Amino acid sequence: MSPLRRFLRMPEALAGTVILAALFAMALAAPLIFPGDPQAIAGPALLPPFQDWSLPLGTDRLGRDVLAELFHGARTSLAVGLAAAAAALAVGAIVGTLAGFAGGLIDDVLMRITDAFQTVPSFLLALAFVSVVGPSLGVVVVAIALGAWTGPARVARAEVLSIRERDFVAGARVIGMHPLAIAFREILPNALPPVAALSSVIVAAAILTEAALSFLGLGDPNRVTWGGMIAEGRAVLRTAPFLSIIPGIALVLTVLGVYLVGEGVVETTAVRRSLS
Amino acid sequence: MNRALILLRRRLVGSVFVLLVVIIGTFLLLELAPGDAVDAYIVSTGGDAGMIELLRHRWGLDQSELTRLAHYLWALLHLDLGQSVTFSRPIRDVILERLPTTLILMGSATALSFGLGSALGIYAGARPGSFRDRFLSVGSLALYAIPGFWFGLVLIVIFAVDLRWLPIGGIESIASTKTGLDRAADIASHLVLPVSALGFIYLALYLRMMRAGMAEAWRQDFVLAARARGISRRRIVLTHVARNALLPLVTMLGLQSAQMLGGSVVIESVFAVPGLGRLAQEAVAARDTPLLLGIILTSAVLVILINLLVDIAYALLDPRVGASEAGA
Amino acid sequence: MTALLAVRDLTVTHRRDGDEVAALKDISLDIAVGERLAVIGESGSGKSTLALAIAGLLPASARIDGRIDWSLPSPPSWGVKERQPKFVPLGGRDIGFVFQDPSASLDPVMPVGKQIAEVAHTHLGLNWPQAYAKAKTLLERVRLPDPDGALRAFPHQLSGGQKQRIAIAAAIAAGPKLLIADEATSALDTIVQAEIVTLIRQLVAEDGMTLLFISHDIALAAALAERIAVFRHGGLVEIGAARQIVSGPRHAYTRSLLDAHLGLDAIPLSRQAGTSA
Repeated sequence: MSPLRRFLRMPEALAGTVILAALFAMALAAPLIFPGDPQAIAGPALLPPFQDWSLPLGTDRLGRDVLAELFHGARTSLAVGLAAAAAALAVGAIVGTLAGFAGGLIDDVLMRITDAFQTVPSFLLALAFVSVVGPSLGVVVVAIALGAWTGPARVARAEVLSIRERDFVAGARVIGMHPLAIAFREILPNALPPVAALSSVIVAAAILTEAALSFLGLGDPNRVTWGGMIAEGRAVLRTAPFLSIIPGIALVLTVLGVYLVGEGVVETTAVRRSLS
Repeated sequence: MNRALILLRRRLVGSVFVLLVVIIGTFLLLELAPGDAVDAYIVSTGGDAGMIELLRHRWGLDQSELTRLAHYLWALLHLDLGQSVTFSRPIRDVILERLPTTLILMGSATALSFGLGSALGIYAGARPGSFRDRFLSVGSLALYAIPGFWFGLVLIVIFAVDLRWLPIGGIESIASTKTGLDRAADIASHLVLPVSALGFIYLALYLRMMRAGMAEAWRQDFVLAARARGISRRRIVLTHVARNALLPLVTMLGLQSAQMLGGSVVIESVFAVPGLGRLAQEAVAARDTPLLLGIILTSAVLVILINLLVDIAYALLDPRVGASEAGA
Repeated sequence: MTALLAVRDLTVTHRRDGDEVAALKDISLDIAVGERLAVIGESGSGKSTLALAIAGLLPASARIDGRIDWSLPSPPSWGVKERQPKFVPLGGRDIGFVFQDPSASLDPVMPVGKQIAEVAHTHLGLNWPQAYAKAKTLLERVRLPDPDGALRAFPHQLSGGQKQRIAIAAAIAAGPKLLIADEATSALDTIVQAEIVTLIRQLVAEDGMTLLFISHDIALAAALAERIAVFRHGGLVEIGAARQIVSGPRHAYTRSLLDAHLGLDAIPLSRQAGTSA
């Protein structure tokens, strides 16, 4: 059985794939289906869902189309989640490889810095960073990555330590390869799989952190975010709770989809490894 | 106890370096912020250019960065975190006032997530691969996917708005004259929802770890040996399998404390709980960067302390820890 | 001679990645009450599978055909599903099992005294103080130098030989009829090995236990057992009195096992066999 088919045989993994596919479709189709500004007023304020079929999910306090906001919010969530996770994985892999390969003082210093980053609550760090530099999409991505790179760094370092002594690395040393070339061309690619296995957890955490930042009003003010929508709806929580509940469900499904797909991939590759 | 002490000493030395890195990091963030304490002060009180010069000089802000880092460190050594512009009080006092609330919130949420999570993990892991095992695994994944602040809002809608069982926010009834046990009960009723919102999310983490640890422990030879000795299944599950699977959870307790502290920022804001997290949000809103960094430093110290406690607990739970050093 | 148990046409199949691997093929043999039977063979011969099958410890994924009949007149015990309608032995109470690696067969985070006491507590109906007192006498019986200290010790604080003594104490705590020692001395060095063999022989004699001694070492088997069964590739090659197996093996495979041993050790096994019984 091919890994893909085995992957799709798992009901959980399949469900996750469907959720993520729908999410990507939403994000890609958002500008086509809802070409205008999603933050523009589209109808009467506080229209409940399923009343008017031109505004299926109703409108918010200012009369904005909730469905349009949901579609555009998917773009932000995915973009920030993926970009922050990619940045965290890249930084983590590089720091971990350097620390593990160099050893000695460099290793000590890099690992103490990693410890320090793990000691500060990552959400507080993101909060402080955004509040100091000012909210924009790029800043939010950096802020989230700041608190997320330590896990990959530790895993990469542990992996590099175990690979460092193997034959092909010794071979590269013998033929006089530059240490940095050995570290990044010979060792890093081999250390990547376990680091990549963390990516689903990191993407999920990044999406949740972005939502929490937006909820506290520290998201990019020029974009629709699900966290921002939940915060908006909070003002009318007693009368129109759906305004906060709908984007929250979108968030839960997204994060769940990421987890399910991640677990499926890890399980499939783990089976493959144990068979070979 | 000897083993724990040796461990503690080694950890303390490491912690000092970590704290130094955190301090330098917060100092750099402070430098990164546009404007300085004087700007913030002038904005709130008003003053002319001469006044600004004078204040800069008095607060040492016209000196080189290295000198100021030294001043910063020197002040921290005296537990002086500076002055909060928003509160017009020493930052240390403001933080200490808010800290107990956050500690109660975190402590209760940790107890909830760890207790219930590990109990459910034992229940699921007692029969690996069974229906209840699969159900709890997927269910906990769904729970783990829920953003805490949104979960909090949903709880408010259900229990405070619709059912009116519990208060909507705050830490105790406004203008309450209650004392003693009545007051404690009042605070507890205010804490039910925030603690649930914070605790249920992390419950999933402990459940999954416990389950995985139990699955691992089942494969160990000593479990087969216990079966060969005819020990009852119930006893094997509780005193051998779960007991061994518990150890990594205790480590997780320490690692998770920083996340929990971060999570309480949003939860405190949702439920208007006047703790450290809410203070952080107020600091952000008021652009009071020194206060925000003071909160970060306090959190780091708190996380280090919690991890020290966790290390001691781990050493007490696992007789193998530090055995080689103590014996030598 | 009355049989304690009779193994009839026992076949055990393990399923691994869709393939079926037979670990035991059509084994039939009797174990007599009070005898010392050694089962020898190389790794993969199925000797440990036989031990696990008799103790009822095979994993749920293993398929078991054939029968193991016990001739003990006891009522069936609680909740154990087996195909035998008659007596169902209970691990710990009826069978003591000593594993190969004493480091792995003891719970690393439980004091060893408690691990022995819980057997006595489970099977003998003793309360905990009584069970601990029993554990202490057992520690004296397996000749641990400081029984009081050993009660409170954790496995990592003891040597390999001491741990195996603990495991033996736990195995015999409830006074089982059958003691199974599965390569119980293989992980230990030679001197400790000899001590443990002496201890097992003595305990078996004192308590009138039946011994099933699983080993790859034909010399050790000959020194300890009255009868020897030779296993290879999941099949029973031959079974007979220890003296006969050593001095006049009927099978070429047994001959080669003996030769391999003679090549390393100059003492003629034929003279050793049975003399120490």
